[in-house]
Amino acid sequence: MASDRLNSYRAGPDERGRFGDFGGRFVSETLMPLILDLEKEYERAKTDPTFWAEMDDLWTHYVGRPSPLYFAPRLTERFGGAKIYLKRDELNHTGAHKINNVLGQILLARRMGKTRIIAETGAGQHGVATATVCARFGLKCIVFMGATDVARQRPNVFRMKLLGAEVVPVTSGRATLKDAMNEALRDWVTNVRDTFYCIGTVAGPHPYPAMVRDFQSIIGKETKAQMQEQEGRLPDTLVACIGGGSNAMGLFHPFLDDASVRIIGVEAGGHGVDDRMEHAASLTGGRPGVLHGNRTYLLQDADGQILEGHSISAGLDYPGIGPEHSWLHDMGRVEYVSVTDDEALAAFRLSCETEGIIPALEPAHALAHVAKIAPGLPADHLLVMNMCGRGDKDIFTVAEALGQEL
Amino acid sequence: MSRLTDRFAALKAEGRPAFVAYVMAGDPDPETAFAIMRGLPGAGVDVIELGLPFTDPMADGPAIQKAALRALDAGETLKGVLAMAARFREADKTTPIVLMGYFNPIYSHGVPAFLADAKAAGVDGLIVVDLPPEEDEELCLPAAEAGLHFIRLATPTTDDARLPMVARNTSGFVYYVSITGITGAAEANAAAVAPEVARIRAATGLPVCVGFGVRTPERAREIGKVADGVVVGSAIVEKIGAGESPEAVLAFVRSLSDGAKGAR
Repeated sequence: MASDRLNSYRAGPDERGRFGDFGGRFVSETLMPLILDLEKEYERAKTDPTFWAEMDDLWTHYVGRPSPLYFAPRLTERFGGAKIYLKRDELNHTGAHKINNVLGQILLARRMGKTRIIAETGAGQHGVATATVCARFGLKCIVFMGATDVARQRPNVFRMKLLGAEVVPVTSGRATLKDAMNEALRDWVTNVRDTFYCIGTVAGPHPYPAMVRDFQSIIGKETKAQMQEQEGRLPDTLVACIGGGSNAMGLFHPFLDDASVRIIGVEAGGHGVDDRMEHAASLTGGRPGVLHGNRTYLLQDADGQILEGHSISAGLDYPGIGPEHSWLHDMGRVEYVSVTDDEALAAFRLSCETEGIIPALEPAHALAHVAKIAPGLPADHLLVMNMCGRGDKDIFTVAEALGQEL
Repeated sequence: MSRLTDRFAALKAEGRPAFVAYVMAGDPDPETAFAIMRGLPGAGVDVIELGLPFTDPMADGPAIQKAALRALDAGETLKGVLAMAARFREADKTTPIVLMGYFNPIYSHGVPAFLADAKAAGVDGLIVVDLPPEEDEELCLPAAEAGLHFIRLATPTTDDARLPMVARNTSGFVYYVSITGITGAAEANAAAVAPEVARIRAATGLPVCVGFGVRTPERAREIGKVADGVVVGSAIVEKIGAGESPEAVLAFVRSLSDGAKGAR
């Protein structure tokens, strides 16, 4: 068993919350006891059948899981290579994978007796999911959102308000997602007794990266079983988009030890990954640093100051990435690539026109990479792409990019 | 012995608390910041906390966040901060300088190089907000080896079970964060702070300075009665942010230090 663990890509993190050199607990002393409490409670919940029974019940009846693994015939035909399957997490309640994780964290918050939930959000998907589950359980919900994002994601701001959440526009710093996360952390150090911080991605101090991954792993577990049922074997390639990296980690993690499965993460290349730094590709265009509680690849200048990411997708527009992705990158187990805003836009339209699925701009990035590799793969090659969110929220952005008025 | 331990020993002999002032290096520009720093000892400052600007200061309130961005916009860098400390040290051989900031600029510079450069610049100690005892191998232990004090934060959430951990590997003094919250927010309450200071002093054997939430000479006096030192940051930084001259800023610092020193 011991050697199995050593040879596994799925054994991390260690007791210090490290994936190799990445991860850790880089937080102020005020937060440290809170994070240790959370870790203790999560460890207890993880092995508690009643916790998972409640999760399964909510996943089935409230979220609508399992999400289908859909064979996409017209995309397959268009690319003329690999068989394309889409994992339809955009069909979840609230329209994205985010709710998989939020449910787990809110159930934990309830176990811990916390009554006030805070969250950060960029595009608003995690904020909407958090507001939704808080409404479902009658919990107070405060969502921090960069003032820039509040202005460009108005429909999601209104949704959160309808769901009873308070949306706090963050004007500090540069008023984007990373500043929203800073502000959530500031709220947490101020309200330590009653508040639970519901982080939306596989980043932050330990135990968040591992905990969020575990909740999102339902995506990969279902995919494995569904592919077995439909094709009688493992898929050959997995592709998912990456901002912080939670949908990708959820799909990838159950497959990490299946050596035959090629795994590809797609970062947001914005206007192109080059010296102008007008992108959000932390792995392909950044270097290791420490931010928001963990060591990971970051977009930063030569002096260690954090840079703003850029992407047409507000959900990928974060200067960091989950620490486990950084480790998988350095280990070479997962390949990380990037696609530009323009490539993602083209893939967005392709999905609408060929499969009748309006994708979020985030998975449109994954599809753009699929479009590059699928034509060169044989017809019996099974490729799964995570369709992690639907695109209703993005129609204004896309209309603007296409020069159309709504 | 070090400048820091010497200074606290001397203050103890005098029977008065230390007055610790925080200013952000490079705020609003490197020259003005230096003019203010140079004047701090003359305005009654016993220990200088020199802020290392960072784009994402997660434990700081609006005043210090804005100061950091002003400094960065004016071109401040880690090298610039160390050069400022070295320039100060040319004329002042005794006032301890403690760098306070976040880990990433230090990590980016490289820990061994940073420690050597800081030591050479005449820096005496480090306060790095996002390095709890759980991450001591990153900087705390190498700093001790390089002869720099690593000063720990203790907070209202640091219970008796954690205190020994907070005390371990630390030296110089302990910085007690008097509130759960960010810099410059709520007001510290001397009655609530007194037993905490006693608890931390007993567990660590180190002087305990109290900061976060001290904004006026009156409050500095109250806190000075119960603590070994009083730290003021945001209230000073706000004056700098409002564009006040170095003379006006230093006059305000003098009023705060008079408050702290009138405590006992």
